[in-house]
Amino acid sequence: MPPLVFANDAPTAAERLKDASGVALIALLLGIPMIGLTTADQGGSLQVLTRWPLLAAFIAASFCGRLVVRYLLDALKRRRQAQDRQAGATAAKETRRGGRMLESIGWLAFGLALVLPIVFSDNRYVVDTATTVLIYVMLGWGLNVVVGLAGLLDLGHVAFYAVGAYAYALLSTQFGWGFWAALPVAGIIAGVFGLALGWPSLRLRGDYLAIVTLGFGEIIRVVLINWTDFSGGPNGISSIPRPTFFGLPFVPSSDNPTFATYFGLEFSPMHRIIFLYYVILVLSLLTNVLVKRLRRLPIGRAWEAVREDEIACKALGMNVTNAKLSAFALGAMLGGVAGVFFAARQGFISPESFTFNESAIILAIVVLGGMGSQLGVVLASVVLVLLPELGRDFAEYRMLLFGAAMILIMVWRPGGILSHREPTLRLSPEGGRRE
Amino acid sequence: MSSEVAVPLLSVERLTMRFGGLAAIDDLSLDVPPGKITGVIGPNGAGKTTFFNCLTGFYKPTVGSVRLNHPERGVLRLEDLPSHQVAHTAQVVRTFQNIRLFPKMTVLENLIVAQHNVLQKASRFSLAGILGLPSYRRAEAQAVAKAVDWLTRLGLIDKADTAAGDLPYGTQRRIEIARALCVDPLLLCLDEPAAGLNPRESGELNELLLRLVADEGLTILLIEHDMSVVMNVSNHICVLNYGRKIAEGTPKQMQNDPNVIKAYLGEEEADELLYGEKSGESAGVTP
Ligand SMILES: Nc1ncnc2c1ncn2[C@@H]1O[C@H](COP(=O)(O)OP(=O)(O)OP(=O)(O)O)[C@@H](O)[C@H]1O
Ligand SMILES: [Mg+2]
Repeated sequence: MPPLVFANDAPTAAERLKDASGVALIALLLGIPMIGLTTADQGGSLQVLTRWPLLAAFIAASFCGRLVVRYLLDALKRRRQAQDRQAGATAAKETRRGGRMLESIGWLAFGLALVLPIVFSDNRYVVDTATTVLIYVMLGWGLNVVVGLAGLLDLGHVAFYAVGAYAYALLSTQFGWGFWAALPVAGIIAGVFGLALGWPSLRLRGDYLAIVTLGFGEIIRVVLINWTDFSGGPNGISSIPRPTFFGLPFVPSSDNPTFATYFGLEFSPMHRIIFLYYVILVLSLLTNVLVKRLRRLPIGRAWEAVREDEIACKALGMNVTNAKLSAFALGAMLGGVAGVFFAARQGFISPESFTFNESAIILAIVVLGGMGSQLGVVLASVVLVLLPELGRDFAEYRMLLFGAAMILIMVWRPGGILSHREPTLRLSPEGGRRE
Repeated sequence: MSSEVAVPLLSVERLTMRFGGLAAIDDLSLDVPPGKITGVIGPNGAGKTTFFNCLTGFYKPTVGSVRLNHPERGVLRLEDLPSHQVAHTAQVVRTFQNIRLFPKMTVLENLIVAQHNVLQKASRFSLAGILGLPSYRRAEAQAVAKAVDWLTRLGLIDKADTAAGDLPYGTQRRIEIARALCVDPLLLCLDEPAAGLNPRESGELNELLLRLVADEGLTILLIEHDMSVVMNVSNHICVLNYGRKIAEGTPKQMQNDPNVIKAYLGEEEADELLYGEKSGESAGVTP
């Protein structure tokens, strides 16, 4: 019990005096040549003077100072020990309570996301920015599977985002595919790219995998710039069709029924903006549900186990390559779906939208959010998208602000904003397993 | 039947593992009888862990063969299997000298991951799992029941929901064994399971190993430095030194074998112990 440990830990008065005397002795030995004796220039000749009172004061100060410092250090240590002991006892309860609280925050965020466009229905800037945040949330959730769960450092996630965007752009402009038909197909194409990259490179460990994925991201971009016949080169692809509301376009006027005429509304450009917002909200929520469910399945546990210890996984009979490949392909597919949405929202894409900078931001979102935490990704996306927006007044200093914020977060919470890990299943009945 | 000489579960033949010029395992042959505990001992660097790495597919031996007589799948050549197949197909499961748990996952999750192949099959490419079909739920409940059974038997049940990395060393060792048992091993290879345990804990380990053999019919290959463990539980001991097998026999025989004593104590001290003054004479001659 605490009092007992305190008694054991606290040094006696004699011990304290002895400790301080030791320091005073050192002060004496150092002080004689450094303080006690000094030289002075007297009439051209150098003379040694003594300063014993000053030395005595120095030694006394060391003695008292040591007593005080030692006392403070001990007090601090005892406090920390007491805290640790308490923390240990309540750790299990804490994690469970932490999990519940995070869940409530998640639902709250969901509610806010639902009503946001209704509240700001005439503020295009807010809804547009929120849509951008949601794109990053979706990209972050996709990359979270690869980096946060499976522990594979992927520096080229933007490549799959680009594949999805170009797949939709080409399917729609060349073959007249609609948004909803192209969405799953482009996702699968991006997933296949993920498999193609993962197959040879997932044997590599840590740093090497990072370099290969980094290179892959650049290769995709360079190909898009140079293969003009295919991708339009640096000019990109324009007039990509916008998504329709079950076939009803968002246009001011048309021979066919439009969204506004069908519902008897007056045309407003905000309709499309709000519709796009809800599309990405639904897409990212589907992603969230899918990833959350997969995490509780054997494949999800395998991802986390591979992150924790690959060799142990092999020794237990797990095919580690398959586990990594599935994580990589799923991450790529989700990135591709986000890319489709991006292309449809912008109506124009070019290789410039898919630089390494994007990969870095998505990775920063996952790492700052707390690897593996879904809610953390949301918070980090909000911070990382809003910061540069808010910082517009600072002009060229805004990247500086951005960097400083990232450093601050890492200092404040080295494990990310939310480093809480919820077990995938529990034995104890209270708060037991939920689907 | 019972009077016949038992077919060995594992036969190692002329196994050699070279790292550049160093032969970490040098022409090692060994038979491991089923339903017994075979101890592998030897001084530091003798090649014991390397031997396990060769058995379990982590190293590809330079020369030699390792054959497992699987009761259902016939003879399996372990040296040709990748490590996950050794555990999955051949059911040879190992633990590690420096514990390898999944530290952030709970103890229960650790034991569930060990049943990955069964569960992954039941989840049908995760589809049955995502939809929560009853067939998958049943498989998961069975996996949990099996984990709970081992946790109870190893006295770990009240730690089930704790992150494995937060537990003390001795407990982690037991968790690693429980996790290996969840793979349904035929042959369990333990690399220094008593390292870092206190005397009470290593006494419990003795009991556990004997029970596993008696109740489960397991075969155990045991690397151990703690003589109170090896000598008490092993039916048979193989002694390695510099990658070579220098002696083999019952624990009693090994305790009195001059080669073994020399390997452990060094040439001169062993001479003193074994031959008393004789070593004094020879020491007097050399200078
Ligand atoms: N991957 C490797 N590359 C090079 N040398 C290795 C490798 N693995 C093991 N060795 C060498 O092989 C020899 C045997 O090592 P091993 O780990 O098998 O010994 P051990 O008997 O398990 O020792 P300990 O009791 O200390 O665990 C050592 O000299 C070691 O340095
Ligand atoms: Mg070893």
